[in-house]
Amino acid sequence: MMKRWPVVTRLLPLLAGLALLLSACGREDLSALRPQGPVAREQFGLMQLSISIMVIVVVVVFALAIYVLIRFRRRKGDDTIPVQVEGNHKLEIIWTVIPLMLLVVLGVPTIQSVFGLAKDYSQDENAIQVKVTAHQYWWEFEYPQYGITTAQDLVIPEGKIISIEAQTADVIHSFWIPSLAGKIDTNPAGNVNRMFFQADRTGVFLGKCAELCGPSHANMDFKVKAVDEASFQRWTTAMAAPAVLPEDPAVAELLASQCLTCHAIGDQGISLYPDLTGIGSRESVAGILVNVPEGEAEYTNEGTVYENLKRWLTDTEAVKPGNQMGQMDLTEEEIDALASYLAEQKLEY
Amino acid sequence: MAHGHTVKRYTGIMDWITTVDHKKIGILYLIAGGFFFLIGGLEAILIRIQLWQPMNDFLSADMYNQVLTMHGTTMIFLAAMPILFALMNAIVPLQIGARDVAFPFLNSLGFWTFLFGGLLLNISWFAGGAPNAGWTSYVPLASPVYSDTHGVDFYVIGLQISGIGTLIGGINFLVTIINMRAPGMSFMRMPMFTWSIFVTSALILFAFPALTVGLAALMFDRLFSANFFNPEMGGNAVLWEHIFWIFGHPEVYILILPAFGIISEVIATFSRKRLFGYSSMVFATVLIGFLGFMVWAHHMFTTGLGPVANALFSIATMLIAVPTGIKIFNWIFTMWGGSITFNSANLYAIGFVPTFVMGGVTGVMLAAAPADYQYHDTYFVVAHFHYVIVGGLVLGIFAGLHYWWPKMFGKMLNETLGKITFWTFYIGFHLTFFVQHFLGLMGMPRRIYQYLDGLGFNQMNLISTIGALLMGIGSILFVVNIIVTSRSKEKLGADPWGDGRTLEWTIPSPPPEYNFLQTPLVRGFDALWKEKMDGNKTVTPAEPVGPIHMPSPSILPFFMSVGLFIGGFGFMYHQYIIGGVGLLITFTCMILRSLYDDHGYHIEVEELEKGVKA
Repeated sequence: MMKRWPVVTRLLPLLAGLALLLSACGREDLSALRPQGPVAREQFGLMQLSISIMVIVVVVVFALAIYVLIRFRRRKGDDTIPVQVEGNHKLEIIWTVIPLMLLVVLGVPTIQSVFGLAKDYSQDENAIQVKVTAHQYWWEFEYPQYGITTAQDLVIPEGKIISIEAQTADVIHSFWIPSLAGKIDTNPAGNVNRMFFQADRTGVFLGKCAELCGPSHANMDFKVKAVDEASFQRWTTAMAAPAVLPEDPAVAELLASQCLTCHAIGDQGISLYPDLTGIGSRESVAGILVNVPEGEAEYTNEGTVYENLKRWLTDTEAVKPGNQMGQMDLTEEEIDALASYLAEQKLEY
Repeated sequence: MAHGHTVKRYTGIMDWITTVDHKKIGILYLIAGGFFFLIGGLEAILIRIQLWQPMNDFLSADMYNQVLTMHGTTMIFLAAMPILFALMNAIVPLQIGARDVAFPFLNSLGFWTFLFGGLLLNISWFAGGAPNAGWTSYVPLASPVYSDTHGVDFYVIGLQISGIGTLIGGINFLVTIINMRAPGMSFMRMPMFTWSIFVTSALILFAFPALTVGLAALMFDRLFSANFFNPEMGGNAVLWEHIFWIFGHPEVYILILPAFGIISEVIATFSRKRLFGYSSMVFATVLIGFLGFMVWAHHMFTTGLGPVANALFSIATMLIAVPTGIKIFNWIFTMWGGSITFNSANLYAIGFVPTFVMGGVTGVMLAAAPADYQYHDTYFVVAHFHYVIVGGLVLGIFAGLHYWWPKMFGKMLNETLGKITFWTFYIGFHLTFFVQHFLGLMGMPRRIYQYLDGLGFNQMNLISTIGALLMGIGSILFVVNIIVTSRSKEKLGADPWGDGRTLEWTIPSPPPEYNFLQTPLVRGFDALWKEKMDGNKTVTPAEPVGPIHMPSPSILPFFMSVGLFIGGFGFMYHQYIIGGVGLLITFTCMILRSLYDDHGYHIEVEELEKGVKA
């Protein structure tokens, strides 16, 4: 028995190293292995615990298997018949009981966490309430406390509990921000799911749809933008401000006939499809065309807001196959005018 | 009177269409399952080609969804299960000392319904688009509103028809194993593979009706505007998830338990040692089968069932690790003190053990519900289930095929090629799926047709694609091996490995159509090995040589399945006359079968002495 302990002490640094490796995996704003808030951190803690236990199991089994395979390989010309062992009660009890104990070690924190993460903040006045409605292939965020609705960018104050009420307008989607919290499905017909999360710091975090929802499932990204409390208040005010329509009456007419029949900007238009208020200061166009400052585009899906809007309006199907907007019948000049106007719809916060 | 009547013996293709011989049906299952395995593999390669680089445009978004749906559906229903049925058919009756299965006619019907169901499903590629809602076909995505091609109709009707085959196959093997064991073969003397098939068949009996009901309801929703799963009309979308996984979770045990059985046989044989802890292995198998029905909602942790359900299903799922662990250690201790040969069959079996452990431990990790909120529907899950299904089941199937090939076909698969195949496939497998764990944890959802650049997914996806190509090469090498082997002229004896332990190694390879000239007397576990150790050459017969009763071949199962195929097609396109004609064919065959008494025929002693060709 004494001999086993050095093995354990030798394993510990290995485990620590593995944990370190895991914690350095992936992008800070996207990876479940680099949690940026208490919920994701708790889930990551459970992962680390389970991975550690499982690494021990794997190491023991592998070591045993390798030893057995080398020690008991058939040598050339060896024709002896091994002893036919029926079994061994002591051993069999050992490998029944030890796994059971390991499961207790994992099971207790699992149950605690299941109930802890099921806490309902929907009546908590200090929490920010957000109604998430998933659509093929975009996200609608309604803030009932502020009477505002936005799309694609979920703006939140840092360090506050965000209480989510999730549902879908069509098929099942799943709301997931890996670096902040695990996912929750959006079910149809008023079958509402709740979850909560919190961001430790300001910054932009990547969110994704995690349930197959049609051709553009892969493109159904969104962003969570954590800002400081004061900025958040400014943002809610700016969102509620009336829309500034284009000065050029031709463009205003175009906007009214081509965009505002489905979309809303401030107090104008109707909100059937993504709300466009402040679209110029969003992180992306259509979820996957990432907005970057002029000249900083690194990848094919990046560009300035204006470029991305133009790209979207020119060929929506190429950006998001199967989207419900379809192809607008617009000339190049019209696209240009709309893109310029929309790109200027920036909110100060 | 010993003579029933003279029976028409068919040759050539008619022989294969009319056969009710379990060994030939096994070969048919193997050919059809192998064919679908190659199609499913091709689909896998297409998926990996699409994902080898960010924002690739090799496949369109919708085409990708069709390919991923068909890859999953084909591999589970049309490749893995039929190949398991191939081994079940070829081996189980031999292992229990039976001359055939309990219901040879149903056995043939099971094969033909599976084949025509599978063909119907695959015809969708040429009929306006394959199903595209994933192998789970979650509604509302799979409802007529959001999936307006005929794709999901093909899924619903194709699987329904092939599911009939699986269900009657399961019932057939339950009855066979309960009733047709040779004298002395008590339950606790049954070989481990037979035990695993027994439990698997019980799982099929209880799990497949759930799928049948679910598919029927979805069929009504799609074809006749019913509203079982339509929330707007009072239906329930989450209900489908429950029904699907009440079937779907036992299904994964239906797949893996036979592999456990195969591994138990192969490791024991090539370690020249009795299976360690046989009784606890049996107990563990039954327990896994039982617990398999208690854990379906762990596929639904993020559905929003609430903390009580999530906690209970977490713990129930973790419990499965215990019997599985028992099995792993029993295999290792079977080898302990043994004399281990490293031939291709055993390489697959040995390779199975650590691979399956890796798949198993990620399974326990997934069982922790709060952590699963992160893993769910990501590449972590993809990695996990490919570790258990490919690393578990497929390696098990390859082990079983190498091990029993000489029994089924009378020829040994080429060892050199076999080893090359193993290493290509095995290294390819780990390359493909190991990195996917990390992709999932780093934020890559599953079932996405493209990923953006700059997210840190590029390298691992490239590695994964290279691995998949290696697996493809491995599969092709296996086909080459079969072709090379089929050309060899070698003749093998009853026990070509020399270390056979169970009854199938007491009869010629391949066995004659009646299997056992005389029903054997079983005197203990590992019947043949016991006789060898007692100094006997082979098992003692339990009866004198006499006329052997055989079932008659029949073309009816073939036409019954053709009828269902035509009927399914007709109803899908609302051509009720065609649909009716199809059903009429099936019903006519059923009436013929019911009214026309066929008592089979006897092979007489004189004929037996001459030696009947298999």
